[in-house]
Order: sequence, then C-alpha cells, then structure tokens
Amino acid sequence: MIDETIDKSLNWVDDRLGTAKSGKTFLDKIFPDHWSFMLGEIALYSFVVLLATGVFLTLYYVPSSHDVIYNGSYIPLRGQHVSEAYSSSVALSFDVKSGLLMRQAHHWAADIFLGAMAVHMGRIVLTGAFRKPRELNFLIGVTMLMLGIVNGFLGYSLPDDLVSGTGIRIAYSIIESVPLVGSYLAFWLFGGNFPGDGSIIPRFFIIHVLIVPLIILGLLGAHLGLLVKQKHTQFKGPHRTEKNVVGTPMFPTFMAKTTGFLFMSTAVTFLLAGFAQINPFWQFGPYHPYQISYAVQPDWYMGWLDGALRIMPSWEWVGYGHTWPLEVFLPAVLFPGIIFNIFYAWPFLEARITKNRDYHNLLDSPRDRPKHTGAVVAMMALMLMVFLASSTDVLANFFNVPLQDTLWFFRFAVPIVPVIAGWLAYKICEELRHEDGAGKRKRASVVLRTEAGEYESIPSEPRPGDDHHELEPIEIPAFIDLVGADLATGEGVRRVLR
Amino acid sequence: MSSSTSNGQKPVPVDLPQLRPLAKRPEHTQVLIIICMLLGIAGFIGFMVAYWVGNQSQWQAASLGGGMLFFGFGVTAWGKYLMPRGPFVEERHDFDSSTSARSEFNAVITQRGGLVAKRRGVLLGLLALGSGLVGLALAFPLLRSLGPNPSKDTSAGNTNDSLSNTNWVKGSTVVTVDNRRVKVDDLEVGGVLTVFPAGNAGSSPDQVILIRLDNAQAAQAAPGRADWGCQGIVAFSKLCTHLGCPVGLYQQQTQQLVCPCHQSIFNVNAGCVPEFGPAPRPLPQLPITATSDGYLVANGSFNQPVGPGFWERP
Repeated sequence: MIDETIDKSLNWVDDRLGTAKSGKTFLDKIFPDHWSFMLGEIALYSFVVLLATGVFLTLYYVPSSHDVIYNGSYIPLRGQHVSEAYSSSVALSFDVKSGLLMRQAHHWAADIFLGAMAVHMGRIVLTGAFRKPRELNFLIGVTMLMLGIVNGFLGYSLPDDLVSGTGIRIAYSIIESVPLVGSYLAFWLFGGNFPGDGSIIPRFFIIHVLIVPLIILGLLGAHLGLLVKQKHTQFKGPHRTEKNVVGTPMFPTFMAKTTGFLFMSTAVTFLLAGFAQINPFWQFGPYHPYQISYAVQPDWYMGWLDGALRIMPSWEWVGYGHTWPLEVFLPAVLFPGIIFNIFYAWPFLEARITKNRDYHNLLDSPRDRPKHTGAVVAMMALMLMVFLASSTDVLANFFNVPLQDTLWFFRFAVPIVPVIAGWLAYKICEELRHEDGAGKRKRASVVLRTEAGEYESIPSEPRPGDDHHELEPIEIPAFIDLVGADLATGEGVRRVLR
Repeated sequence: MSSSTSNGQKPVPVDLPQLRPLAKRPEHTQVLIIICMLLGIAGFIGFMVAYWVGNQSQWQAASLGGGMLFFGFGVTAWGKYLMPRGPFVEERHDFDSSTSARSEFNAVITQRGGLVAKRRGVLLGLLALGSGLVGLALAFPLLRSLGPNPSKDTSAGNTNDSLSNTNWVKGSTVVTVDNRRVKVDDLEVGGVLTVFPAGNAGSSPDQVILIRLDNAQAAQAAPGRADWGCQGIVAFSKLCTHLGCPVGLYQQQTQQLVCPCHQSIFNVNAGCVPEFGPAPRPLPQLPITATSDGYLVANGSFNQPVGPGFWERP
C-alpha cells in the first residue's frame, strides 16, 4: 500500500522531470570508506552551522558605528560610550535568550571550519588526491580556504571591541603599505583616514554576511558537484583499481552515516559553545583608537600572518621620493600571496616535476612518495613556525625569558625548521617504504628457545577481527526480493564492541 | 510489492551476504542504537525545557549538544553496523569524450567561430574592447564612490582627508580624552597620559602620549630638542610607526615604550627611536610648553606624518 503510494509519487515526478535515471545513478553512487574522508565533511557541516547560527545573529546585530550609551544588563559597561555594533553584540549575548550559545557556536564553528579545511587540504595533498583529474577541485578548495580566512577576519571584526578594532587598524595599515595604490585603497575602503567616516563596520558586515558566503556557497556546490561527477578517490586495497570505486552506496548507508555525522559534529560545536568561552568581548571593552589591550592576538587562522609581521626586520626603504614600507608589505601582502600561489600551483608543479600526467583515482600512502611528502611536510612546518611566531610575547612571559630571545629564536626557526622537518620526513618515508607490513597491525610473536639453545620465532594466531576479510564486492542491486523474507537480520560477521 | 521486474532483472535474495549487517549480533546492536537515539530525543526535549525555564547556556548546550551527540551516534551506528555491509563496487568511466566528439566540439569553436571572427575581425575587436570598457566603467562608481582620495595638502586640520595631517598646531591646548586641560603637575615623574589637541579629543591621528621623565633625563631625551619638552614632560605621537597601534605600554624602569601588537620597543630617552622589533622609525615628537597659568600647550606641530609608512610619505 505504502509502496504503491511512493511508486505513484515518484512516477508523477519522473513524468515531469525525468529524474528516474539520474536519480538512481545518484543513489547508487559508491563512497569509499576511510576516516580521513570525514575531514571535508567536518568543514561542510561547520559551514552549515555557520549559516544557521549566522542568520540568528543578523536578527539582532546592528552594523553601525554610531555612538550610543550602553544601557543593557551587563553592569560593568553601563553608562559607557560604545558603538551601536558593540552595544548590539553585547545585547545579543546577554539579553537575547540563547543568544550567547548561538554567538559562541558561530565563533567556534568558524574556528572549526578553518581548521577542518586546513586538515582536509593536508590529507588531499599528502595522499595525492589533487592529481589529474581533480586539479580544478583542488583550486576551488584553496579558494574556499582563502575566502574562509577573509570572512573569519571580517566576522571577528564586527563586534567592534577593543581587540578586534585593533585588528581593523592593523588591516588598514597593511593596505596602506601597498606601494603606489595603498593609501588610495585604504581611503576608499574606510572612507578616509583611519578610522574613516564610520562606513567600515556596515561594509564589513555586508561582505561578511552576503558577498563572501554567497561565493563560498557557489564554490561549495561546484566542489561537491565535481566530487560526484569525478567520483571519490580510494586507497589501495583488495579489488580496488584505478577503474572502480569500492565502498558503501549513497542510499541508504552513506546517507545514514553522514547524517549521523552531521549531528555529531554539530554536537561538538554546541558543547564547546556552552562550556568553552570564546571571544568574551564584553571584557575587552569597546574600541577606541587610542586604547590598547595587552597580548592582543587574532583568531588562530590569522596567526601565521601575525607571526610573519612580528619576525620581519624593520626594513622600511625610502627611495625615488617615496616610502616603501617593506617591513609590512613583504610579510603581510607578498608572503601570503606567495603562499597561496604555491598552493594553487601545487598540482601543476607536481605533474611537471614527476612528469606524470596519468589519471589517478587510487591514493598514495604518504610513505610511498618520500620526496613529495618531504616537500609537503616542509610547507606544513613553515606554516606552523610562522603561526607559532605570533606568540612571541606569550612565550616570553610563560618561559620568563626576554622577548628578544623568543623573537630571535623564531627568526632562525622559521627558515631552518622546515628544512629539517622536510628532510626528516623524506628519510622516514624512505625507510618505511621498504618495510614490509608498515602501517599494518603487528602480530605478537612467540619466541621459543629449543633445547639445543636455538631461538625460534613463531607468529601468534591472528586476534579476532584481524583476519576479517572483505567479501567480494558486488554491484549494488536495484531489486531485492522482500516477499516472504525474514527481515529480522540474520547473523553478521563482526562484533560491535570488542 | 513486486517480486518480478519490468526490465527482466532478477531480484537478489535478501540474505545475500553483502546485504547482511556488519554487526555480529544485530539484535543487541539495535538495542544499543535505540538507547542512543532515545537519549538524543531526551536531549532535544531537555533543550526545550532548559530554554523555557531559564537562560543558562550550559544547560542549553548540554541538552542540545549531548542530545545531538547521542542521536548522531545512533544514526551513524545504524548505517555502519545494521545496513547492508557490502562492499559494493561501481565502475569509473573515462572523463574524456570520444575523439570525434572532441574534434566536433573544437571545430564549433575554431571553425564556426573562426568563420565569423575572421570575416569580421574588426567587430570582434570592438566587442572585446566594449566589454572591457563597460567593466572599467562600472568599476568607477563601485570603487571611487567609496571614499575620498588621500589629499596631499599638508596644512593642519582635516585629518580624515590626509595621512600627513594632524590637528596639532602651535598653541593647541593639550586636553585629555574627556576634555580636561592638563597641567604640568598632573603627571608625576614616571607617569604617562594620553592627550589630544583641544576640540579633537579621541581622534586617532592626533593621539599623543605624555611621559614625565625627571629633568635630567628629559634634557638628553632628544638631541637638539632640549626645549621640546616642558619641565621633564615629553610628548610623542602614540601611533606605532609599524602598523598604527597605540604604543600604550610604558616601562618606567627602562624608559621604554612597548607596542603590544608586534612588540616594537622605543627608547624614550633617545627621542623614541625603535630599539627592537619591526617598527622602522622613531615616534614623531610634539614640542610642548606651558602657558603662564601652567597649562600645557603645543609649541608647534609634528614635523613629519604620524603612524605607519605609506607610498606618498616624503
């Protein structure tokens, strides 16, 4: 009865849209299983949380620099001159029910979004998933990472508190440092000399809530569309070839697993939002351009730029009748420009250097390609070191050493550590590559001493689960005979809880 | 329910090994999953209750987040352990089209397009020119309407229009952010105060930090500027020459100003030259003096633009 109703409705749709064929292809789509394929899903689901909580926040946030007297329920700020943006941010945290939870979930989701994208990219690069035919999707991904960083900074700036306001001031000076056009760009964007005519908060707002999310949404659609069209990569294994995909079907298995994962990753975001305070801007106070706080640091994904600015020597150059603020332009404009261009060029550089332009649907284990893995690890170490350099003052305080020492440490560490790390990674991969069974679970060996004094090593019996063999993969059947079948599931193969 | 199919495919039996669950004892697994999902549902109801009776983020997060964690775990476990365990396989198809399809498509561009383009090349050129120009034309309002151009006028006043100006002129009264005039004795030796020219309290480019050194230190504070201070008080632009953060940390023992943003250190005893960190230039000094009734006033304006470097800076 219910089946007939479903049949009828599906036919109604197919009569009009012809969805049956493509619909079946879509639902039959096979997804390979590996834990590292979930990293991109974390990014996707934190973006969903960002959209949902972000809509909530726009209902209460007022993007305005107008000076108002705070008169809300947070007593320490009462009577102070603050901007409407700051006042409404405090109000939506304390005077709107669930507002604090939503705001903190939004901020946590942003930090997770950027983190998941970075780790996802690391997985893609280390396993060689960016190679032909997936170069375009890699470029889309890098673009989303860049837009994510930009939008994170914009959103972080919107509360107009003392810490984020200082960040906006720094952004102004960075734009100002661009030779030839810098002061023009800064004046246009801000409506004059810093802090401008009050247009920066509304401009940041519309870019943050509409323009960048719209672009990310479009790119996300393309990213997933290409994933479906090109099919997912898979690791090497029994029955897995360059010409097939082995795994679980979209419907219902993958859908169930990924829906559950949506719930779980959202759960972590909300648990963090409720129990781990993030960006308590009511404690920082409103932004005034002549005030400053101590240990001002941006959100984590901006740390690499802050670190680069810190370790740069004061190389301002005056020549040809102009000032060239290279101490700002090199680390804050040129350096990120070079880094992202390396990201964009990576698939093409790799193909050019290896002279390998074949299709690659099987993933490599990082140890199989020592040189490439060494290069990736060196890049990662570089990013990590400039990131850590953004905490010179905190480290100096923590270890009770002069600030000069921590700074000089990083001036040397930033170029040296990547070389060492890359070389080490290369060596380790070279070793592992020739090691049989590397990465597999070890079996215990029983060592026996014979009466003659000889030693003999006998591998122990495999533990339950170790000898679990996959069945022969089959094509997903469309028709299953449910008539008269005992639907209560029969015996399985694997105990759930060991 | 139909057991035969319209296109002749035979339905596979339900007990095909690949259609069986992964769990060894599915009934037990199902009980665990039921418990998880019920806990999840309890969490969702708990969130409504928590919202209704109070506004504690912790309770809201615990119920909503905890509920989603259990619920999600249950759904995922259903997928992993109780749905057909597979594995299933799907063929990949080549992405590149057939050679003939390719050459046809390419010919549409090069030959059908080429026919039009080569016959009327001038029109194609005009199309490209016009399309480029309309983009450029739209960029005018999009960019240029945003804000003013930086003015090259270096006379005092109008700090919103120029990077080179401040509102400090000879005779500007020194006031605090709440518009109180400042007397020499308002600062003890070792004290600091952020001040502005009267009428512009709170303005970013005008911010100045007063530091009271003892007289001997102040005399050597800036070579050739012995009379720029007033009874031990010296005045410097508070805008860091690196990125424009307020240089707000004064270390009295070493007479150093420290910028909290990127840790540039300025030696107040030597005219605020940068001793360490990325800042490239000394903080510009403002000459000050006192009126006959003891209030501080500016004895001139800055002799150079304040704040970070920029292209037009001489």
